[in-house]
Amino acid sequence: MASTFFRTIQTHPFLLLHPTAVFRRKNGVLRCTMRSTQTQTPTQEKQQSPQIKFSPQNPNKTFYEIPKGYEAIIGIETHVQLSTLTKAFCGCPCNYGSQPNTSICPVCMGLPGALPVLNSKVIEFAVKLGLALNCKLSLNSKFDRKQYFYPDLPKGYQISQFDMPIATGGYIDLDLPVEFGGGHRRFGITRVHMEEDAGKLLHSENGDYSQEITSPTLQYVFCSFMLIFRGSMVDLNRAGVPLLEIVSEPDMRNGMEAAEYAAELQRLVRYLGVSNGNMQEGSLRCDVNVSIRPVEQEKFGTKVEIKNLNSFSAVNRAIDFEISRQVLLHSQGQGDQIVQETRLWEEGSQETFTMRKKEGLADYRYFPEPDLPEVILTKEYVNSIRNTLPELPEMKRRRYEKMDLSMQDVLYLANDINVADYFDATIARGADAKLVANWIMGDIAAYMKNEKLSINDVKLKPDELAKLIASIKSGTISGKIGKEILFELLAKGGTVKGLIDEKDLVQAIDPVEIGKMVDKVLSDNLKQLEQYRGGKTKLQGFFTGQVMKISKGKASPGLLNKILLEKLNAKN
Amino acid sequence: MLSAMQHPLLFSRFPRHISSSFAKSRPLHILSSAQPTAGLSVADQSPPSNSQILSIRHSLLSGHFTATQLAESYLNRLKLTEPQLNSFLHISNNVLKEAQEIDDKIKKKEEVGPLAGVLVGVKDNICTADMPSTGGSRILEGYRPPFDATAVKRVKELGGIVVGKTNLDEFGMGSTTEASAFKVTANPWDLSRVAGGSSGGSAAAVSARQCVVSLGSDTGGSVRQPASFCDVVGLKPTYGRVSRFGLMAYASSLDASGCFGSSVTDAGILLHAISGHDRFDATSSKQEVPDYASQFISATFLKSRPLEGLRVGLIRETIDEGVDSGVKSVIHGAASHLEQLGCMVTEVSLPSFSLGLPAYYILASSESSSNLSRYDGVRYGNQVSADELNSLYEDSRAKGFGPEVKMRILMGTYALSAGYYDAYYKRAQQVRTLIWESFKAALDENDILISPAAPSAAYKIGMMLTSSVIFFFFLLSLSFL
Repeated sequence: MASTFFRTIQTHPFLLLHPTAVFRRKNGVLRCTMRSTQTQTPTQEKQQSPQIKFSPQNPNKTFYEIPKGYEAIIGIETHVQLSTLTKAFCGCPCNYGSQPNTSICPVCMGLPGALPVLNSKVIEFAVKLGLALNCKLSLNSKFDRKQYFYPDLPKGYQISQFDMPIATGGYIDLDLPVEFGGGHRRFGITRVHMEEDAGKLLHSENGDYSQEITSPTLQYVFCSFMLIFRGSMVDLNRAGVPLLEIVSEPDMRNGMEAAEYAAELQRLVRYLGVSNGNMQEGSLRCDVNVSIRPVEQEKFGTKVEIKNLNSFSAVNRAIDFEISRQVLLHSQGQGDQIVQETRLWEEGSQETFTMRKKEGLADYRYFPEPDLPEVILTKEYVNSIRNTLPELPEMKRRRYEKMDLSMQDVLYLANDINVADYFDATIARGADAKLVANWIMGDIAAYMKNEKLSINDVKLKPDELAKLIASIKSGTISGKIGKEILFELLAKGGTVKGLIDEKDLVQAIDPVEIGKMVDKVLSDNLKQLEQYRGGKTKLQGFFTGQVMKISKGKASPGLLNKILLEKLNAKN
Repeated sequence: MLSAMQHPLLFSRFPRHISSSFAKSRPLHILSSAQPTAGLSVADQSPPSNSQILSIRHSLLSGHFTATQLAESYLNRLKLTEPQLNSFLHISNNVLKEAQEIDDKIKKKEEVGPLAGVLVGVKDNICTADMPSTGGSRILEGYRPPFDATAVKRVKELGGIVVGKTNLDEFGMGSTTEASAFKVTANPWDLSRVAGGSSGGSAAAVSARQCVVSLGSDTGGSVRQPASFCDVVGLKPTYGRVSRFGLMAYASSLDASGCFGSSVTDAGILLHAISGHDRFDATSSKQEVPDYASQFISATFLKSRPLEGLRVGLIRETIDEGVDSGVKSVIHGAASHLEQLGCMVTEVSLPSFSLGLPAYYILASSESSSNLSRYDGVRYGNQVSADELNSLYEDSRAKGFGPEVKMRILMGTYALSAGYYDAYYKRAQQVRTLIWESFKAALDENDILISPAAPSAAYKIGMMLTSSVIFFFFLLSLSFL
């Protein structure tokens, strides 16, 4: 990828127009100035490329219809950053968001003489994901070097897997959201392979990073190392962080399917605990390939790669935009203008722009990595990992489906493994599945959303939720009281029983007692009673409220209404 | 016994212009006066008499001389000989300080390691934390690694003192040390000739007694050939025996750190010191390290035919045409000496032998083209100021690398390119397997195989300046495609 990216920099008009992009030596330390080319490129191309404008049709919710007579073919390459404690080939901690170049060592800096040693967790995670994607695992695989030059690639090659990936030929099952018409889909997985991430180039606005040079947070201060340039800085914290690349079959047909594929993959890696799957942080990165063809045509059209997709909705909208762009070109007889290229999705304008044209295939000169022995898996090892796999999203959904939950409920509950675990733990204590689902998806979800909490953060534990539901079901407390104490339990914790006792919340179900309260309310509000009896029956709600107030909300609503109506109408 | 410290022999065998300067300075005065004579109780252990390491250890522990005196003596000789030899790229400033530390320990009767006080030369492509490590290349001029190579670390842990960094062909690519970016090392036996290479500095330094032993690296003969040229013992261990961590990679699947000594015992002791598994090198062997050193027995304690029954194969292809008659006669002489010691020497043929060199050149060039990618001037080493990124890479590498290195990078890049990979790299790997098999077969029939280390004695300086790689790739393009 980057070798061509690098070519873009060379030929880029931006650099020709702006002689500020200079590498120069200062104070004996060599520094380089380089402007952000990645963000500049799209705007440049915008001016050069013919203005074909599309307004993405309802970018948010509704399902984009591909124009009749055309079919889109979509395949996705996903990079998943593994949540191992240390990097793939050295002992540096994988710290997201730490100070630049504080998590580096001779190995991930590519110093002379440093050698990679494989972190066995990477294999474990790869096997886990391979199994979860129903792949065939290669008992013998190896690492290869993928070679290209770029400042964020310290060794001048990336350790990756080329012709013997660790897992091949699997599939992923998913259920489409109900709002998009629902349905089950199975998408093929071509391969899963292990590789290392590159570093990052950071670009400063004022072109000066001298502050960081003196930063005491720099763990390594090597006298002759120039990690920091003027105007452009290489941060190698990410260099050597383990990745799994998952390549799908070209099985998706629209943006929504592609986004759902990515979402299911995220669910899977989170269920497995191999990655946090966070798209904003770049822990899960999708590059999609899109081509279109007339439905009767067998040959695939020219495929276009789209990058810079930082959310599922970006995946969805970028693909739909790209499909409509390609279909329009094709239908106007300009099909030859669809060329093999890499385009960037721009969130602001909701469009894709040319990043670089592919000038033939890049030659990465892959060859077997001589510094690492072959990766040999035993059947016992694979089986031991298979036995520790958790229940996966697809299995969970099918199980929930059998509980007579709606697909909406099923999808919600299985979406987040923590929610699913919470749900499972609650029903394991005898609570009714549908009721639990309602509580979780209703008030608990709303609370979490307001407070920006995850289900693990709420103080109400599944055990107490089950007790709460049981208390309502048994009539000990009213549903209304239940709701009230729910929020207290969510925020402060405690037990249902403790709260009921403490606040004396047991539902009043004694008709005599309620009758007394009703009598009191009626005699205190004679004016309203008169109005009611004069035909203003809407006032029933007023009386109900008054009684509830006196009963401190404990009066059983059914009973209260029954007695109230009797008394209101009695002397009529 | 232990007379090696005296070096009278060395003097007589040195070229006149060097030995005369030695004689004037009397650098070995301390050593000769401290020469141990009688009363040594080492006889029952019967150590080999020619081991400098053992005799240094004995002398230090018995108080015949101090590590500081020893170091001063070596440094004096080094300073005297270096202007003519050019075996070092950098000389440590800490030698006397480290020697003093050893003396302090001995004084306090603390335990000192088996290499205590032994001055070790380290090839400059092996990283040392406190000294520059350039690999003989301009692109790393002034570069100081933040860590010691595992081999160096082990030497230091056992008490060895790194005396300096020895000259080499740039990144180990060459066989004369003339491809060093900095200087040409002369052969101590004839200053008009090369010391061999690529570990020429390490070989010359031991040969001229500028240090006791030295570390080199051998990818395709880079220890054995200069050892042969400089008349010292050179040892390339089995791949994986010694950790490669800290050795600047040339051809990763072939590189091995090796040892130079003035005796087999010294090379063995040094090998023992640096061998063994290293968690920083995934290709290092986990096999147990035998104690090579303790198995050496002084020749005087051996029976008349100590090697009775040992099967020795003399590789026919290595004494064929193209090999100097002098070399042939030395090898035949060695073979008959082995026979006298009881060996059964037979000639063996390795049919795939001739394919070895072309396969080596392809694999080594391919791997080096990749290994040298990291020298881009971005993070360390020399960077050229440039207007844009491509120029930064191109100019830094164009100015940083010498012609031999560039040639190999070009050839290796070519051999790994799409469309050529199968014809070159893959085919060479297949040939490698064939060669491995034929060696295996020969070793099934024989206990050891012998061959000359080089087809001739040392060349005249300036004779071999044309890159051999060009020649081989020219040859290959005819035979492989």
